[in-house]
Amino acid sequence: MAQAAIELIGINKSFGAVRANRDINLEIARGTIHGIVGENGAGKSTLMSILYGFYQADSGEISVGGQPASIKSPNDAIALGIGMVHQHFMLVDNFTVLENVILGAESDALLKKSIAKARSELERLEREYGLEVDPDAIIEELPVGLQQRVEILKALYRGAEILILDEPTGVLTPAEADHLFRILRQLKEQGKTIVLITHKLREIMAITDTVSVMRQGTMVATRQTTKTTVGELAELMVGRRVLLRVEKGEAEAGGVKLAVKNLTVKDSRGVTMVDDVSFDVRAGEIVGIAGVAGNGQSEMLEAISGIRRAISGSVMLDGKPIDLTGAADPGELRDRGLAHVPEDRHHVGLVLAFEENENSILGYHDDPRYLRGPFLDIDAIRDDARDKIAKYDIRPADCRLKTANFSGGNQQKIVLAREMEQDPGVLIVGQPTRGVDVGAIEFIHKRLIAMRDQGKAVLVVSVELDEIRSLSDRILVMFAGRIVGERGPEATEGELGLLMAGVEQREAAE
Amino acid sequence: MSTPYAKLPAWADYGLIPVINLAVAFVVAGFVVLLVGENPFRAAVVLVEGAFGRGQGIAFTLFYATTFIFSGLSVAVAAHCGLFNIGGEGQGYIAGLGIGIICLAFDSVLPWWLTFPLAIVAAAAMGALWALIPAYLQAKRGSHIVITTIMFNFIAASVMVYALVGFLKPAISMAPQTRTFLDGAQLPKLNWVIELFGAKIRSAPFNISFLLALAMAFLVWVLIWRTRLGYEMRTYGHSSKAARYAGISETRIIIIAMMISGALAGMMALNPTMGDQHNVALEFVSGAGFVGIAVALMGRLHPVGIVLAAILFGMLYQGGAELAFEMPAISRDMIVIIQGLVILFAGALEHMFRPYVQALFASLSPKSVGIEAIKGKGA
Repeated sequence: MAQAAIELIGINKSFGAVRANRDINLEIARGTIHGIVGENGAGKSTLMSILYGFYQADSGEISVGGQPASIKSPNDAIALGIGMVHQHFMLVDNFTVLENVILGAESDALLKKSIAKARSELERLEREYGLEVDPDAIIEELPVGLQQRVEILKALYRGAEILILDEPTGVLTPAEADHLFRILRQLKEQGKTIVLITHKLREIMAITDTVSVMRQGTMVATRQTTKTTVGELAELMVGRRVLLRVEKGEAEAGGVKLAVKNLTVKDSRGVTMVDDVSFDVRAGEIVGIAGVAGNGQSEMLEAISGIRRAISGSVMLDGKPIDLTGAADPGELRDRGLAHVPEDRHHVGLVLAFEENENSILGYHDDPRYLRGPFLDIDAIRDDARDKIAKYDIRPADCRLKTANFSGGNQQKIVLAREMEQDPGVLIVGQPTRGVDVGAIEFIHKRLIAMRDQGKAVLVVSVELDEIRSLSDRILVMFAGRIVGERGPEATEGELGLLMAGVEQREAAE
Repeated sequence: MSTPYAKLPAWADYGLIPVINLAVAFVVAGFVVLLVGENPFRAAVVLVEGAFGRGQGIAFTLFYATTFIFSGLSVAVAAHCGLFNIGGEGQGYIAGLGIGIICLAFDSVLPWWLTFPLAIVAAAAMGALWALIPAYLQAKRGSHIVITTIMFNFIAASVMVYALVGFLKPAISMAPQTRTFLDGAQLPKLNWVIELFGAKIRSAPFNISFLLALAMAFLVWVLIWRTRLGYEMRTYGHSSKAARYAGISETRIIIIAMMISGALAGMMALNPTMGDQHNVALEFVSGAGFVGIAVALMGRLHPVGIVLAAILFGMLYQGGAELAFEMPAISRDMIVIIQGLVILFAGALEHMFRPYVQALFASLSPKSVGIEAIKGKGA
């Protein structure tokens, strides 16, 4: 049995009245890859933040390499050989790789010496671990996979023996994720210890040696990865059995409900994000758009829903064309039966400072049902909100509660309830389950399938390939602003992954 | 953790925290008094007694508060729509032009209760128009409203000098102000209300526009929380993206919110002109538009809070005048310092004590900070 790299004993941490971590015991063996899984809000990130010195535990002990340690700041953690790769990279975009690596670890007042030293050190790290990056490349010009590599290099440059990775694959293509895993294995072989925080169970199964499951602030189980299954882990995470793949019947697709024609969208810098895209969604089917984040899906959704002005293109809703290039008004599209669950529920789909009932009319506040002349009909609005809360099992069931106080899954249900209950002909959904816990994912997927079975046209955009494959009747793959291929739901992950990475362009253009 | 701190019960949020902030502002102000060599406790007594000790003081406090209610509401309406209108000073000043024209034209022919509504409309219209231009520039051209409204304060000041010197003052007069309004443009005093409680008032300008201010406070509450327009304003104020998503026109909502804000700022001119001086003079607004920013922040943008904060600032003005009279070492500037401290602690450092109060509440009574809300998480 290898000696423990990290040992956490009886860690407690509360935020106000919320107990984010309670009596956590965890032992991470040296030279292993240790996964930590759990739903959102289970306390994974808090625990790692305590380990990395962002927070102090209220009680409990930490020992690193067998020695009791007091970690009061990230600097203490770094001194103990703990490095962290954050979910959102902490890089200066317009600095070079080298400059980013030495940032905060400059050894001299003059940069020249530090840089020279760092350059030779980087070359050594690259050789040892297969972490090739051009040290003089500017960060913003690198793809995300490489940016992440820079984060790892930063940690190693500071002498990290223990590397914590927080949701590292969220932004990566399957191919990039595979490459990351190869690097992690190599690091492990060199004796480094790796802690991987994720909610993707497949990754846990693919790469870890040991896995610990957290639920509601407690550590519920630790297993040898080879001796557990995805099903068991999912059950441990939510405390009950979970359907990992929604059950659904065959689609009975009808006529075309939504037709997108020649849509071209540019972003604020004038870069073409969506390039002459056309496709149809028929009644009674779910069309999924797969793609790595940043390939134009977000802009496309915004244009179709009227939020963003398109350079060219139109949508046909039930056979009637609506031009998207002018001041297309989201209100008008909504009136025509197009409901939209936006990707960014925090800033677009909801007003977090509002009470729940106020959000349940957002976008439909012109509806006479909610009004008495120019005044809001508060009673009608609240009754309506209470109905939706009951129907969608939104918790806590309090329509006067501030929306920010709901969990991610419940916030998403608030948006879904609002959009679905309008009984729209077309529903477009961006990232239906981003930041949503496993139990709510199941609920949301079932609802989407139910919409389909009622004969609605449903368009889903998601960066989660599993979700796309599980929900869709047809899958369109988007790469660099274009639709590069269409596949059925039986398409393999590898096949879709290649399309998402822009390979097979020619074959797809047939 | 996205929300490291739990929420507080409403009374602590809206009552306790402002009181703590205010108390700290006064403690620091006390040190400043100490620094100039006076006794801070005696100063506090003089201040409060000057403001509330006698009927006379109360009347003056409420007279000042009237103006501040209007300017505070003006700032709050814009702020709910995410706009920082610091042009209340200019919007109020230019409203004096409308009031002056109406009063000079009608004070000899109409009774006050007919002149007053006309003057209200004129003041509101002038204020709204003065806010319309910056609003249009913001909505259509993206010119920042803070910059344009403050520039419009200077333009208003120049226009008013031109108007007063040019055509509002009587031809034979050397003073840049209108003639004194006749009875038809003088607002009735409300001093008798205070005298009902047994206080004696020699003369004080506390007048009927105070009731208009309270009515406006109620209407602003209705507007913000009970109308579709208010809903749209709040949506835009919290998130312009959510407003776009909800089909709310950015141009329309900015212009409407600013015009309402400007109208309220314009109405603040009624109190000093028709209620007190009975003329329109140079610089009659004297900073009340800026005090409105502090009042609105202190009142947490809620009409009830704004009325209370306006009375507090009325107290500082009235009590401060007494203080400067009683304690020569303390000049009127001292009041500006106290105001500044109140703005600093109630506005800029609003959340400084919040975590401590929350931790205290959490340890005393977990239920009061919404434990049930957290339990629902696993859904």
